[in-house]
Amino acid sequence: MSFVQNFPFFSIILSLVCAVVSFAANARWARRLSIFLLSASVVLQGSLLVYCTVHHVRYSYMMGHYPAPWGNELTAGILESFLAMLFAGVMLLSVLGGMRRILQDVPADKQKLYWVMVDLAHVALVALCYTNDIFTGYVFIEVLTIASCALLSVRRGGRALIASARYMIFALMGSGLFLIGVIFTYSVTGHLLFPQLHTAIADLWASGGHRFSVTMSLGLITAGLAIKSGLFPFHLWMPDTYGQATPASSGILSGVVSKGYIVFLIKVIYQVIGIDVFAASGIQTVLLLFGIGGMIAGSVSAIFARRLTTMIAFSSAAPDRLHLHGPGQGNGGRPGGGAVPGRVPCP
Amino acid sequence: MLKALASNYELVVAILVFVIGFCMLLFDRNLLKKVIGLDIMDSGVFLLLADRGYITGRTVPIIVDGVTSMEHYVNPIPAGLVLTGIVVSVSVSAVMLSLTVRIYQTYRTLDMDKLYI
Repeated sequence: MSFVQNFPFFSIILSLVCAVVSFAANARWARRLSIFLLSASVVLQGSLLVYCTVHHVRYSYMMGHYPAPWGNELTAGILESFLAMLFAGVMLLSVLGGMRRILQDVPADKQKLYWVMVDLAHVALVALCYTNDIFTGYVFIEVLTIASCALLSVRRGGRALIASARYMIFALMGSGLFLIGVIFTYSVTGHLLFPQLHTAIADLWASGGHRFSVTMSLGLITAGLAIKSGLFPFHLWMPDTYGQATPASSGILSGVVSKGYIVFLIKVIYQVIGIDVFAASGIQTVLLLFGIGGMIAGSVSAIFARRLTTMIAFSSAAPDRLHLHGPGQGNGGRPGGGAVPGRVPCP
Repeated sequence: MLKALASNYELVVAILVFVIGFCMLLFDRNLLKKVIGLDIMDSGVFLLLADRGYITGRTVPIIVDGVTSMEHYVNPIPAGLVLTGIVVSVSVSAVMLSLTVRIYQTYRTLDMDKLYI
């Protein structure tokens, strides 16, 4: 194994170490550490992207001492490393661009914790890009939810607290549906790793057994992730929420966090459910309709919005639905198409 | 149908508990009750997971008296998932409760309808 292939693991461990050290350090060092972490992450993911592209490599990385299907795994390839690099890059630009406002908006005694949460949001996003285990995905989804809520609520004044509560309620509803979907899937397949789950689901579907259970499980997983990423009609809570955060947090939440859930949903659709089962189960049609509904509703809401920040938030919510429209079209074997992020919305 | 429900009563109870918690989280106006709803919802999930991992007639997956046959023990993975899930659930509840306290200190109400106005 090449040394570069350890980089996903290094990124996750480095983020966790930085979060712990930042908690013990003062605000200035915590800030420097976070910026170093995000810069290092861009370099690490970029190196892995170059390595995977040049060598045409896609590999599984065993975490711990137990091989699949008992242990835990990461999977890295061109798409995963590119998305992780993109997420780290957008986070870095968001915090650099919003640095002055962070120092103004976040109380001095809370600034250290703000950077700890940036580190935790980063580790969760990188883990969501690379994980090959659906329960690990759930754990990092919750880590991302907690970090996002803290990034949102840390702002002094305004209605940030109410926006955070609203954000948490919808995020937790999504997490609950996702978790029970994962448990149902585990109970009918007996697996948690993506490749084994994919094979088991395809076999079950082909045999015609447990079709209702499989459809319900996959529907719950899809619904949970869709709610967390603000699928129509749940998109209405997002613009208000993002508008209340400090600009750097808004950039991270709308530009990276909501996309992280969508990326994980696309991974689940293509690597766990499989596009054929996804289409045959009818979930694809529902997702397509909600994706179209979200695009129309987001665009219309943006036209009638009175505040500039709300208008930008709604207009960025509309392309988000395009990402869901991609899998809804079911372009078999190609997770690109409408699923590729169109642009990074401004805070 | 009724026979199937009766033979899977643990599943039915777990789903009922989940739905009760989910509805509290979604519809209750009081923020504190929403947190309680969240915990009830998670309890339903853990009950379901514990039920799925249990196999009648088998024992806890700890090797005693040199018995290494898999037929003797229950599946240990669901128990591990429940433990992980509980840690996550407690962390999320702690964040929600701290948010609730700060909201009450700032606005002197926990009614979400009044907070949105």
